Amino acid sequence: MARLELNSLTKAFGAVRCADDLSLTVEPGEIVAVFGPSGSGKTVLLRMIAGMFEPDDGDILIGGQSVVGASPERRGVGMAFQNFALFPHMTAQDNIASGLRAKETRSDAAARVKSIARLLKIEHVLGHAPRELSNGQKQRTALARALIGNPEVLLLDDPLRNVDAKLRYEMRLELPSLLRRGTAAVLYVTQDYREAMAIADRIAVLINGRLEQVARPDEIYGRPASVAVARLFGDPSINLAEVAPCVEQGGVFADISGSRVRLGPVDRHAEDDGACWLGVRPDDLLISAAAGEGGIPARIVAVTPMHEKAVMLLRFADGMEWLAALPSEAGIARADEDVFVRFAPEAALLFDRATGLRVGLPHRRYAA
Amino acid sequence: MDHSGLLGRIFRGVALTLVLVFFMFPIVWILMMSFQTNEQILRIPPRLLFEPTLANYEALISGQLRTAAGNLEISFMRNLFNSFVLSSAAVVLALLLGVPAAYAFARFKFRLGETIAFTLLSFRFAPPLLVLLPLSLYYQQLGLNDTYFGIVWVYQLIALPLILWIVRGYFEDISPDIEHAYRLAGHSWREAFTRIAVPLAGPGIAAAALLSFIFCWNNFVFALILASADKQPVTVGALAFVTASGIQYGQIAAAIVLSVLPTLLLALYAQRYLVEGLSLGAVKG
Repeated sequence: MARLELNSLTKAFGAVRCADDLSLTVEPGEIVAVFGPSGSGKTVLLRMIAGMFEPDDGDILIGGQSVVGASPERRGVGMAFQNFALFPHMTAQDNIASGLRAKETRSDAAARVKSIARLLKIEHVLGHAPRELSNGQKQRTALARALIGNPEVLLLDDPLRNVDAKLRYEMRLELPSLLRRGTAAVLYVTQDYREAMAIADRIAVLINGRLEQVARPDEIYGRPASVAVARLFGDPSINLAEVAPCVEQGGVFADISGSRVRLGPVDRHAEDDGACWLGVRPDDLLISAAAGEGGIPARIVAVTPMHEKAVMLLRFADGMEWLAALPSEAGIARADEDVFVRFAPEAALLFDRATGLRVGLPHRRYAA
Repeated sequence: MDHSGLLGRIFRGVALTLVLVFFMFPIVWILMMSFQTNEQILRIPPRLLFEPTLANYEALISGQLRTAAGNLEISFMRNLFNSFVLSSAAVVLALLLGVPAAYAFARFKFRLGETIAFTLLSFRFAPPLLVLLPLSLYYQQLGLNDTYFGIVWVYQLIALPLILWIVRGYFEDISPDIEHAYRLAGHSWREAFTRIAVPLAGPGIAAAALLSFIFCWNNFVFALILASADKQPVTVGALAFVTASGIQYGQIAAAIVLSVLPTLLLALYAQRYLVEGLSLGAVKG
């Protein structure tokens, strides 16, 4: 049982800051997904914890002990690599057995390999060399190798990146229970927000080496800390509009493309913030043919049917374009139709235009 | 491409035969010469059919060269043995020094690293005679003249750069993640080197070792200057066949066959390992 703590980690390669004052705690048995666009420093972060790079500044604690400067083999860290990094000259069996830390007798080791292989459903390929395995089997072998030593800290570097879509769904279902078998503190790096939301207890959003927000998946989706975070979660991504909210008759209103829309009795902060971004998720938009209160006139430019839902591109009078995602059975929409767009006041998110932070949160960087 | 057409197959066969004859002719001719007497060889026009004789091989193995001017002692078998000892020892030493060095150059960036690596390579394109004169003076002072060790040492000029640069490329091709993965499982860097890096670079190491063995085996000038008769390899020993009563073509041919044989067998044997494992599918490309 050991907690992983990162204290003000900083690392730069030349002018590129890969980690900027990063602080994060992962409890034993907890899965934290590190999510961010490519180049945001996710892999560098994992490699600092694993001991392949040393941080320029800050500390890494495992079970209260600093591991900075310790060689990788002494850190008690297990890792699964994005490219699997299997040993090509060893069988799957030997690959997995190499992850056993303690020197065990041959039969004990074989028994443990067998049990973890059964768990990961790769028992039948234990005698195969890596080149004879499918990508899915390689990935499971790499996971088995990382798990078998029962490490205190488990690092998974985008393990589902190189496997096909079907297997990815399967593994998304299996992984959480698999990872919770032990008491390892798990850091799971991914570039796929769905994967992060499916697997993790908490998500740490990393952008340009800084943690923008660390929170539970539903909180990140519903109450993103900043515009940048809001943009990363959701497909299609969130609609944004430049607005200057004003307080009238006990509510907050904003002009969107010339129409006055009520944003609800939201935050008292809005009035003193001035220029804001208004964010509304495509799924929260409603479309009707009839005008009414809060309806914004728009024209449907294009409709992309995606079976369970239809994504449509809307253009407002002032030229601004938004996307709406509607259940396809709604069936009212056709391209070149003029419609009215509405959204519930609760669905509106306001972000300060200057800082990008969500209005209503105290104005501070998120530090868990 | 479609090779199944009859015309295509015939053309391919003819082309292959031509190429084969072109490249194999010198070796086949020498093999034939080695079973003929000097008189048979010098016949004009030369004949493809002849009565083979083992006299040349007998002379080489017994060390008695019968010429018109009388019996001559030659130490061909001793030379062959020297070649073997010198080349093997040089390659073993170069592997011990070169493989760890290649690993260091491949994995770590250090000050003057590229400069050092390039300097080592530059030994390959400096003419040997350039270094031989000063070297022979130093060797005399150090007492290394005419010693096995002295020649093995100077052979490092041939073998070490070759091994260093070939093996370095193979190490660079191994994903460092594979070694990281091994270390994270609780193994020291030395274990990662010996159990992961070296086996994976195995084909490259074998190729480099084979090549440097051949280059050492074929070397002439170093041994000519730095060693006396009883330490000289076959390349220098072959000079003995240029005798007062003429050049002994038959024996030279037999000597060539005997001296090519070890490297040829080694190459045939190692071929398997050179190809094997070059296409390892550990890391998704």
